[in-house]
Amino acid sequence: MAKMEVEFDRCKGCGLCVTACPKKIVEIQQEKLNKKGYYTAHCIDDDACIACAMCAMMCPDCAITVTGGKK
Amino acid sequence: MAEKSLMKGNEALAEAALRAGCKCFFGYPITPQTEIAAYLSKRMPKVGGVFLQAESEVAAINMVYGCAGSGIRCMTSSSSPGISLKSEGISYIAGADLPCVIIDVMRGGPGLGGIQPSQADYYQITKGVGHGDYHIIVLAPSTVQEMADCVTKAFDLADKYRMPAVVLADGLLGQMMEPVAFDDAEIVMSDASKKPWAANGHKNSRKHNIINSLYLQAPELERTIRERYERYAEIEKTETQAVADYCDDADIVVVAYGSTARLAKSAVDEARKLGIKAGAFRPVTLYPFPVNELNAAVKNAKKVLVVEMSMGQMIDDVKLAINCSRPVEFFGRTGGVIPAPAEILEKIKEMGGND
Amino acid sequence: MPDFKRPHALTDVYLHYCPGCTHGIVHRLVAEVIDEMDIEGDTIGVCPVGCSVMAYDYFNCDMMEASHGRAPAVATGVKRANPDKFVFTYQGDGDLAAIGTAETVHAATRGENITVIFINNTTYGMTGGQMAPTTLPGQITQTTPYGRNTDIEGFPVKMCEMLSQLDGVALAERVTVIDPANIRKAKAAIRKGFEYQKNKQGFSIIEVLSTCPTNWGLTPVKAIERLKNDMIPYYPLGVYKDAPVRNKEGA
Repeated sequence: MAKMEVEFDRCKGCGLCVTACPKKIVEIQQEKLNKKGYYTAHCIDDDACIACAMCAMMCPDCAITVTGGKK
Repeated sequence: MAEKSLMKGNEALAEAALRAGCKCFFGYPITPQTEIAAYLSKRMPKVGGVFLQAESEVAAINMVYGCAGSGIRCMTSSSSPGISLKSEGISYIAGADLPCVIIDVMRGGPGLGGIQPSQADYYQITKGVGHGDYHIIVLAPSTVQEMADCVTKAFDLADKYRMPAVVLADGLLGQMMEPVAFDDAEIVMSDASKKPWAANGHKNSRKHNIINSLYLQAPELERTIRERYERYAEIEKTETQAVADYCDDADIVVVAYGSTARLAKSAVDEARKLGIKAGAFRPVTLYPFPVNELNAAVKNAKKVLVVEMSMGQMIDDVKLAINCSRPVEFFGRTGGVIPAPAEILEKIKEMGGND
Repeated sequence: MPDFKRPHALTDVYLHYCPGCTHGIVHRLVAEVIDEMDIEGDTIGVCPVGCSVMAYDYFNCDMMEASHGRAPAVATGVKRANPDKFVFTYQGDGDLAAIGTAETVHAATRGENITVIFINNTTYGMTGGQMAPTTLPGQITQTTPYGRNTDIEGFPVKMCEMLSQLDGVALAERVTVIDPANIRKAKAAIRKGFEYQKNKQGFSIIEVLSTCPTNWGLTPVKAIERLKNDMIPYYPLGVYKDAPVRNKEGA
């Protein structure tokens, strides 16, 4: 199963992944600040993820890993 | 030692550099040291070395930084105005603890100055060159043979202490021809095998090496500088070198380095013929300054005379070294004018050597 | 699709760049190329002075920190002493196109077998957003508070166009990293530069149009829009030169 994961403390909440996602399922959460003081990105619908990794490609901090794409 | 051959100082130095395993030379033309580049441009390709004429002094010293950082013996050479341009790079090299050799064949300054011999860059070379808290090793030859010997020693000391070493000559020594002999040993280009810190590709067998002089945390920067100063203390203790002639019973000790020391020695020889008790003292290492050797040389002296091809720069170190325990007088010519032994002799007489 | 993971050639140190700064994307692309060519153990990177001054902490290959503008000279020193290693520089616009112009031009014209990654974000980021050689006409910066006036401050430098005139240049290509499609192209260009280096075929420069959200005073997403709307028309993307200077070694 496709899964997009954000390394919580590495993310700076810049939002570039949000714009890159073709499925519009990446958001910046507004509840919990990380160590550096940022609200971070997360996937709001794992089932809809197609593991295209566009979010990860856009991430300037290499904070995103994507697994489970169709081989 | 092989047979002696007659060579220019600049060429003897260049040949000795090759024989010390200097694999890469990066330079930029400037009088009066250009023979070094010309000689190496001919020789380097024949022995598997690299000669590259850079676009500027600034580029040349930074090529040295890169090459030295990869653990390879390398050298650049220049003359006074060019050394000013290299000073930034020299500071970075010292800050990154890289060994390399820099040749400075001094000419008259300031500004474009002139192309005649000078020693007006003693302050520049011995007091740091570029910005920051650091030293570089400075060797001052006074013969063509010593031009060769000093460059060999400079490479060894640079590697031993991981810092830049300068051979400080002047236009007179660079252009002068004298017999010189080299070791017969086969020329072997240096490699990085004994430099585990070198950034030359980790081959997936060690952590990555970083060549750097940036420390944003002040205490960390202070720590690196203090470590470097421990090395400097060791150098000051063990690496000084000087030559003293007739100093034991001398009333007047004449202190001079480089080609000027030869002129001073001639004046001292003449003075001795006249019955004046004069001695000659010649620092070979300018950093580390031979403090103990000088104090031993002036032990019985009443006065000290410093002779330089400048308005007086090394005289400060002489005064400090002997803690102004005796009067220190000065005679110098500058702007490319070479002091004559007769002038120096007059000064010795004037100082009361005729008593 | 294979899993998307951090390339080995990138260390796991947290990047110090501002949120949304595209430096990190370009770092990753260089690291991916190093991984794909399996050359981490044979690569030496040279960092500049500027925002990417601490890039030596971010790459797992051996690294050197150059003084401001001198990275191509430092890289030349490494490469001449170690002709079989891979050497790249990573430089910003102030470093490469202002204080280091001479080193850049001469490394290029010598056809040094090095790869230069050139980040053009039209500003001096590290010092707080002053005018860069690449600042656009009219652009407001800390030192052009009324906008860059070309009668006073002159015109921006177009490095790829300039360098493409030199015989020593094998590859001069301008790319950007504003979306995944362009990121793929940027990576292909970097890969080509390293391939030319592998074959000792001359100097390669990959200019990457990049954002500086902080000093532009824009959100990361708006900064991407500005790059698209203002920068690309002035600095057209594309290949300015692709002509190996030497035959592939051994060919």
